[in-house]
Amino acid sequence: MQKLKNNWLKFCGEVLILVALFTVVQYAITAGLLNQYYQINLTSMVINIILAVSLNLINGFTGQLSLGHAGFMAVGAYSAVIMTEMLMQPFAIGLLAACLAAAIAGFIIGVPTLRLKGDYLAIATLAFGEIIRVVLQNIDYVNGPAGVVGISKLTTWPLLFGAMILTILVVVNLINSSYGRAIVSVREDEVAAELMGINTTRYKVIAFVIGAMFAGLAGALYAHFFYIIKPETFNFLKSFDILVMVVLGGLGSTTGAIIAAMFITVLTAALQSFPAIRMILYALILIIVMIYRPQGLMGTKELSRETFGRIWGGRK
Amino acid sequence: MSLMEIKHLNKSFGGLSAVLDFDFHLDRKELVGLIGPNGAGKTTVFNLITGVYKPDSGSIMFNDKSIAGLAPYTICARGIARTFQNIRLFNNLSVLDNVKIAAHKDVPYGFLSTILRTPGFFKGEAQIEQDALRFLEIFKLDNKKNELAKNLPYGEQRRLEIARAMATKPTLLILDEPAAGMNPQETKELMELIKSIREDFDLTILLIEHDMSLVMGVCERIYVLDYGQIIAEGLPEEIRNNKEVIEAYLGEEVE
Repeated sequence: MQKLKNNWLKFCGEVLILVALFTVVQYAITAGLLNQYYQINLTSMVINIILAVSLNLINGFTGQLSLGHAGFMAVGAYSAVIMTEMLMQPFAIGLLAACLAAAIAGFIIGVPTLRLKGDYLAIATLAFGEIIRVVLQNIDYVNGPAGVVGISKLTTWPLLFGAMILTILVVVNLINSSYGRAIVSVREDEVAAELMGINTTRYKVIAFVIGAMFAGLAGALYAHFFYIIKPETFNFLKSFDILVMVVLGGLGSTTGAIIAAMFITVLTAALQSFPAIRMILYALILIIVMIYRPQGLMGTKELSRETFGRIWGGRK
Repeated sequence: MSLMEIKHLNKSFGGLSAVLDFDFHLDRKELVGLIGPNGAGKTTVFNLITGVYKPDSGSIMFNDKSIAGLAPYTICARGIARTFQNIRLFNNLSVLDNVKIAAHKDVPYGFLSTILRTPGFFKGEAQIEQDALRFLEIFKLDNKKNELAKNLPYGEQRRLEIARAMATKPTLLILDEPAAGMNPQETKELMELIKSIREDFDLTILLIEHDMSLVMGVCERIYVLDYGQIIAEGLPEEIRNNKEVIEAYLGEEVE
């Protein structure tokens, strides 16, 4: 009973920290302390966190190397824009449509490709991501390669923050459950999992669909902040960007994905002052991290209540 | 009463017959051994029963229902669990999680209550944990529940594999060389363990083993497989003195 009460207190504490974080940023925005430049980077950071956490569910926890995450982001972005700009629906419906469309795309692509393993799956998902992009280039309704310009700026800090918390909460709650253990068992040993009664195909598809859904959400938020979307934005380089975050953070660590997404966003922003050598420095930093931390910044470890408890409590 | 009935089972890999016209039956609560020289097709038989391979032809009836060609997880749900010749644990997960995963097929809460963390979820998780700990206790692994499976010593990994298989609550347990790599003392303990879980859980057990002391010590009936075919079947004493079996293992007598 005491333990339950303690957990409840800790839970309240965590909610309080999140509320405080939210309020501070919200205040900074309304009071004009954060200029346009910082707001853009903050938005990129949150979107990157959503993308990295959702891709980590597929690549890190389920162990299925997917290289098509930008494709699902594109599906979400375009679905939301069609809803808000073309069909004049409220943003909420746009966001829902984005999640739904990306999840359906994830299902359609996941069912045939997840039979493949390793390199083959990587190539198949890469190809599907590119197919999505090329299809969008050829749809006149959304202006083909020129893309959609003049999207109203509907993405606000509360929405971004809410979407980020929702993504993290769903992934963390899923992973720390029997369903999550089934998902991780697929990564560990597919044959053994199957023989212990786990329908591995089912869990691969579930992880893939949930991952795709949040990529779609990120895409919708992206489109309604950055004014313009075109198919080229969601090419395979964008997929690799997300993959880099996941690998850098540590495959199978949600905290790692969050930290790496923040790190990469800050790094990209900081290197913008050196346009000539930007990509060289970026690559060098990644190489150095990979040499000294091949398992990623966090490995498969998580920062949790227990870790913080150990740090603050000194001993346990 | 018959639990499993296999008739005319065949499997070949690119022209090589691994299992040829295999006939076999298991009664409820029996403890049966499957022996034979290396490459005789013993593990292939296990893989066919558990659905890792699909048979080319023949029938496998379990509880009077055909399980031939079903997916492994369906066969597991019907009540067959197994261990592996070369240990296949979920290496980077804790000992406790390894056992919990085996209980997933009977997960007591739904997907939505997982995401929403309803009271049903916490109740279900507590129940899963309690069940898993019970199995770890039986296999004397409860003091290592938080260790990663890959960090366990070899003998304990073997035990954990059996614990994990038991956590799927099978009626038939299939053990693929459970004593491989164990010393005589460990083998003896394993024998006792196999006997005791069989009594406690009303299990039927089928095992492959090269350690003859274990096979002769626990098995009530033995099948001998050579080149994919059954060459002998009978009580341990009968097998021990069977001429064909001796030939299969040691070669023919010189005139």
